[in-house]
Amino acid sequence: MEPILRLKKVGFRYGSSWAVRGVDLDVFPGEMLGMLGPNGSGKTTLLKLLDGMLLPHDGEVLVHGKSMVDLKRGEVAKVVAMVAQENFFRFDFSVLEVVLMGRFPHLGRLQFEKGKDLRIAVNALRATHSLELSGRSIHELSGGEKQRVLLARALTQEPGVILLDEPTSFLDLKYKKEIFDLIAGLTQEKGLAVVVVSHDIDLVSQYCHRIVMLKQGSVHLAGTPDQVIAAASIEEVYECAVLVDRNPLTGKPRVSLKP
Amino acid sequence: MNNDLLHSPPLTPGRVFRLSLVMALVLVFVGAVSLLLGTAEVSFGKFMALVSGTLDPQDPARLIILRIRLPRIILAGLAGFSLALGGVVFQALLRNPLADPFILGVSSGSAFGAIVGIILGFTFSFGVPLMSFAGALLAVYLVLALGTRKMGMESSTILLTGVILNAFFTAVIMFFISIVADSRLHTMLFWLYGDLSQSRYASLVILTPALIAASLILFSFAKELNLITTGEEIALQLGVDVEKAKKTCLVLVSLLIGLVVSFSGLIGFVGLIVPHLARMAFGSDHRLLVPVASLGGATFLIAADTLARVLISPSELPVGVITAFLGAPFFLYLLRARGSQWNRS
Repeated sequence: MEPILRLKKVGFRYGSSWAVRGVDLDVFPGEMLGMLGPNGSGKTTLLKLLDGMLLPHDGEVLVHGKSMVDLKRGEVAKVVAMVAQENFFRFDFSVLEVVLMGRFPHLGRLQFEKGKDLRIAVNALRATHSLELSGRSIHELSGGEKQRVLLARALTQEPGVILLDEPTSFLDLKYKKEIFDLIAGLTQEKGLAVVVVSHDIDLVSQYCHRIVMLKQGSVHLAGTPDQVIAAASIEEVYECAVLVDRNPLTGKPRVSLKP
Repeated sequence: MNNDLLHSPPLTPGRVFRLSLVMALVLVFVGAVSLLLGTAEVSFGKFMALVSGTLDPQDPARLIILRIRLPRIILAGLAGFSLALGGVVFQALLRNPLADPFILGVSSGSAFGAIVGIILGFTFSFGVPLMSFAGALLAVYLVLALGTRKMGMESSTILLTGVILNAFFTAVIMFFISIVADSRLHTMLFWLYGDLSQSRYASLVILTPALIAASLILFSFAKELNLITTGEEIALQLGVDVEKAKKTCLVLVSLLIGLVVSFSGLIGFVGLIVPHLARMAFGSDHRLLVPVASLGGATFLIAADTLARVLISPSELPVGVITAFLGAPFFLYLLRARGSQWNRS
């Protein structure tokens, strides 16, 4: 299977210090890929390299086999959608208007959204259980609602891959589960690839097919949750003593801090 | 849930056209009323006779309406149109609802450029407006360069930078006017508070095509402006070529402001009041906001200038006095009522 995104020996530095170095990574359709690592391990930088916000100083990023450097922003946006950690709307837009913004890369300069675009947006709202929000102002939404709406906008882009940067960091337990269930459903039903950066090891372990664990800008370990989530690797990467056992409900590895 | 919402997109070309047409009709109506008002009495009957072509060619009403009032009203319309459009675009690009060509110092930068042009002996039909455009670009560059921090723009820093630039350019303008005795240089009052009474058809012929071209191109960037208001990085992620959009829009707005200021002097707050009211009435989508706010700006400035002509008739006020009377309290109200929610970059 051809990867949607491929990183080849990618390196990126801020000034003279490398934030990401020698990273090889493929993102395949239909997979949910988790990215773990302590603060400063290069997770967010890697995510920005994947969507072309940053261009690598070393190696290259390929989008469907084409180099990111040669692509226009509009072409990238048809393949890669990003749900950023922070979203602040200075001016008031309705939820439907926000979601329709996802059609931007598909529309010509003077083109307005048509019935087809509206249908795509409505389907995305439905898929994220936020159709009933469509007439509300974006300013009135709670954190969880807003996160769902932004996910709907990402879907409206009709991308091949959605990148999520800490999608649940401000959410309580219920919404965390809701968002991850949603994402998991999307990868299964639509063949979308999802790359999710998170600090929540257990959540990533439960939901992701594949996990990349970063340490100081390089891939420390990559593989299935069973291969990556182990006491030895977590202790080495996070520098913190942990116990890893199995979640009795799912059988996936589970991490507890040692007191 | 409102199901109607989902049957057609929230904004269609038809809706933009219909609402723009309504705003254009209001503009024509206000313009026509303004033609009738003024120090010299012009009866409605004579006005109608002029419109239908039956007015005696020697009638003084013809001269008053066609030679004095009409060019002035057209200039007021063009200036109001450009200033409001400038406000809309600055507010979107800087993500700051308090941005306005006057408050940001762009208007006074243009006036500074125009005065330098006049002193250098350039012509009013080409060199002076060009210098005014250059002055506007200089001010835009300075506001962005000085008011922007590494981590992006902070609302209050940008505004403060604009206020200080404004004070500086104003001082330079006063300095030049004080030391240069050039009869072609307008009065201090013209530059600082605006004056539409000097309008000639010759200058309108230069202004109109440039303004139409610039505003059509700006309209074509409306979707980009929508996305940029939600954050530059997010706009990039959604496929906007942010650098190109920003540069094009800033240059075009500088051109609009530069041209208008060189013909009308400094008129403040139009770009603050009108876009804000338009946003309250029509929402934040720039495909609608750009045309309706521009047409609303034209109407607003024609009305303000009419007040300036009639309030203390037979004498008259500078139009900038009227707009500042309305605009300054409006600014303070916005700052106080909405300031906290805007104080994020």
